[in-house]
Amino acid sequence: VTEPSFEDLLRNLAPQVLGALTRRFGSFQTAEDAVQEALLAATTQWPEQGVPENPRGWLITVGSRRLTDQLRSDLARARRETAAAALLPPLELVAPAADEDLPADEDDTLTLLFLCCHPALSAASQVALTLRAVGGLTTAQIAQAFFVPEATMAQRISRAKQSIKSAGATFGMPPAEERAERLRVVLHVLYLIFSEGYTTSSGPDLQRQDLTAEAIRIARDLQRLLPDEGEVTGLLALMLLTDARRRARTGPDGSLVPLAEQDRGLWDAGSIREGVALISDTLTRARLGPYQLQAAIAAVHDEAARPEDTDWPEIVALYELLARLSPNPMVTLNQAVAVAMVDGPRAGLDLLATLDRDDRMIGHHRVDAVRAHLLEMAGERAEARDSYRTAARRTTSIPERRYLESRADRLADR
Amino acid sequence: VKYVVLIYSNPTTWAEMPAAERDRVLGVHNKTIKELNESGELLRVDGLADSRATKTIRARDGVPVVTDGPFGEAKEFLAGVWAIDVESLDRALEVAAPVAEYDTVEVRELMDLSGMEM
Repeated sequence: VTEPSFEDLLRNLAPQVLGALTRRFGSFQTAEDAVQEALLAATTQWPEQGVPENPRGWLITVGSRRLTDQLRSDLARARRETAAAALLPPLELVAPAADEDLPADEDDTLTLLFLCCHPALSAASQVALTLRAVGGLTTAQIAQAFFVPEATMAQRISRAKQSIKSAGATFGMPPAEERAERLRVVLHVLYLIFSEGYTTSSGPDLQRQDLTAEAIRIARDLQRLLPDEGEVTGLLALMLLTDARRRARTGPDGSLVPLAEQDRGLWDAGSIREGVALISDTLTRARLGPYQLQAAIAAVHDEAARPEDTDWPEIVALYELLARLSPNPMVTLNQAVAVAMVDGPRAGLDLLATLDRDDRMIGHHRVDAVRAHLLEMAGERAEARDSYRTAARRTTSIPERRYLESRADRLADR
Repeated sequence: VKYVVLIYSNPTTWAEMPAAERDRVLGVHNKTIKELNESGELLRVDGLADSRATKTIRARDGVPVVTDGPFGEAKEFLAGVWAIDVESLDRALEVAAPVAEYDTVEVRELMDLSGMEM
């Protein structure tokens, strides 16, 4: 176990500092910029001068100073522009001393998450703002993780803050009657951040693992704050149980290794233990939800020492519950694979055929990929090969295309 | 989701267009680019130099041979390339549509390195 780096320290402090400054100065928008500057100042000064005794106080002081400077220049401009400047409150009233005692900031993380995942924002903006305001990542880091120019990401973040402002959102918890729906959005944003990092793990994209780690870190915080929300625990468990397979899911050349062919010795036993414990506990006491069910399915996979030890009937039962709770073609797709493992490939293909009439799945490469897999199981090599080729043509993922083409080639050779 | 918007133009159409109309159409292009930039959806925009300055390279018997001018007998040539990052294909088509008044516009999704294990 290594000492937490000062980078970790900064990221933990970022939402607390932002919460404190927003409450003090009243504007999330300007406080957010000030925190970024304070974090950047820390990144350059702490390695040389050492971490200050009270790092949070240091960041709040630096952030306050930036905000005060900002207010002062706004004030000067106002004074130049209008004689009414005399009516503005003296600066000391706007900005209290930085070293004053602050209340515990535990809940700021939660308030910030709700604000950053405001429904007025697009998903891409929610993700970007959450990573910056709650995660304490710089715009440059976020831009790099999403392969977009820094200017684009800066624009996205500034637009997001404007949208929050014009939606009239304030720095506070959403009203009780909106809480459940707003929490659902927060969980979805964390899930998006996680999968963005998890689905890429090769070559020049190693930094994207930071996204996975960041999503898990925020989900852990959230779970600590809301231990009785079953879906929060479910999502954290799902992330841990999925991320546990990360080292096994790609070959050295970046190719994708399917679950059945992964070296299970590479799975992270610690994450699996933690994920299984979380999901087992929450299933006994919380109201059931889709993240919990997906975590339970991941747990069944992760607990099988060999692929042939997988408890497929259990997985089928869990997918049936999931399909009833949140019917969705992607669920049907995975369910078809599980059904094929229990009742044979024909049964799986029959279930898959129900998706042929689903507009949402027309032309989707995953349908062809699953069909190819089940046809191969059924021994229909020529049809399987055609389906693999169709899937390969339709995917926009380079590693998936390579994988699907190799399956097709294998069937052509023999 | 990242897309490229490929704009193919017929130089004759543009050469024969009245100046006021050309200004109006370019205004539509610039307005679209400005909006994409402000919303954080624009990755980059490039206009391509005159098609007559194109060099085409083809291998003949394994040896690359350079010739003057674009490949083929097309009347329309690639004139501009935008890269955008938007929520969906519908959004990509929505932003690209105003540009298609006189030009042919192709919208194509970019491949990426993400992938799910199957």
